[in-house]
Amino acid sequence: MAEEVILLDFWPSPFGMRVRIALAEKGIAYDYKEEDLKNKSPLLLAMNPVHKKIPVLIHNGKPVCESLIAVQYIDEVWHDKSPLLPSNPYERAQARFWADYVDKKIYDLGRKIWSTKGEEQEAAKKEFVESLKLLEGELGDKPFFGGQAFGFVDVALVPFYSWFYAYETCGGFSIEAECPKLVAWAKRCLLRESVSKALPDPEKVHGFVLELKKKFGVE
Amino acid sequence: MAKGGEVKLIGGWPSPFVMRPRIALNLKGLEYEFLEEKFGAKSELLLRSNPVHKKIPVLLHADRPVCESLVIVQYIDEAWPSSGPSILPSDPYDRATARFWAAYIDEKWFPSMSGIARAQGEEAKKAAIDLVVEGLSLLEDAFGKISKGKPFFGGDTIGFLDIALGCFLGWVRVTERTQGLKLLDQAKVPGLAKWAERFCADSAVKGVMPETEKLAEFAKLIMAKFGAPPPQ
Repeated sequence: MAEEVILLDFWPSPFGMRVRIALAEKGIAYDYKEEDLKNKSPLLLAMNPVHKKIPVLIHNGKPVCESLIAVQYIDEVWHDKSPLLPSNPYERAQARFWADYVDKKIYDLGRKIWSTKGEEQEAAKKEFVESLKLLEGELGDKPFFGGQAFGFVDVALVPFYSWFYAYETCGGFSIEAECPKLVAWAKRCLLRESVSKALPDPEKVHGFVLELKKKFGVE
Repeated sequence: MAKGGEVKLIGGWPSPFVMRPRIALNLKGLEYEFLEEKFGAKSELLLRSNPVHKKIPVLLHADRPVCESLVIVQYIDEAWPSSGPSILPSDPYDRATARFWAAYIDEKWFPSMSGIARAQGEEAKKAAIDLVVEGLSLLEDAFGKISKGKPFFGGDTIGFLDIALGCFLGWVRVTERTQGLKLLDQAKVPGLAKWAERFCADSAVKGVMPETEKLAEFAKLIMAKFGAPPPQ
């Protein structure tokens, strides 16, 4: 059966990267459509009327919104290759818990690092590093969060690695100095083609952040 | 079947999030020990079992903790697959749809509800109420599409999305009472209004849905003590 898979996305979005990685892990051919978020396409507005956000996965005409929901959907539909969620229910619960933790913390704290200054920025940096250290502790000595195999939590977190350089430069700190094991894990993930192809060049991301700062009048 | 002592749930009776796994456990016909937390003082067990968020609910299955209400509900469904009905739909697209609306409820709709009590002044209050009503209209539409004429979002029996939304009905009623509103208006959201009655009458829900009176008193206590609605 001919599968039609479209991804509505925006190149710097870590949420979009998650879906790109999942699709690549499963070897799924898809049509990538870059959205201009200042001028959202009629397709995006029709496929995600509630949030009007990317990424949106469109499978045979039906939209799946929210990046982690889309990743789980991909894992369940294309279940015969490269499973992303573990098969054991307790381990699945742990994977969902940590992916949810990434969602609750990393993006918002990271955003505060580049968009604020002074005390607010210092507080954000501190909490950001604390969150990464917690994740680093959860990783432990395992190659990936789920153990030996690359999986759901890795997919949820690794896209933010492409933003680390931007956070470090804007915040004046070194993430590698604070969380060397986590950075080592990210580099390990980047050895996978699915990840290296999905993540943009960190310098490009930094350039994008500088433009955003100008736009929002942050110095 | 879970034997006595194997399943414990750390929680509190007023919390809609705690209600979620309780309904799921009831649907599966599972026995569990309910460890009630005292409001304002977190137990050693809670802090040990959920060191990351320090929040209820926490499910302990053979002493292994599972945290986050919707993660717990999915775990209950997956750990006891042959007990009771399936809580998540079986089709991947339907599962994605249920998860989408549950996330919408947690990230947008329920926070908008808390916004009503927090709103200062007439205009802000009206804006807050409008936001909640708008959300209910979206959910009404979703109910129509997802239930396809059946009694629940989950079909013939209560499912994931019913649990995700239904747990807030007690607080909806408290809000209606304290603000003098009708949110589950038969005229505006007929599908949801009838669904709400069915949900609250269900045997898996009846024993764990707090009485509106008791909840309203609790809300008053919290507002008096903290000057703000209860935390999410």
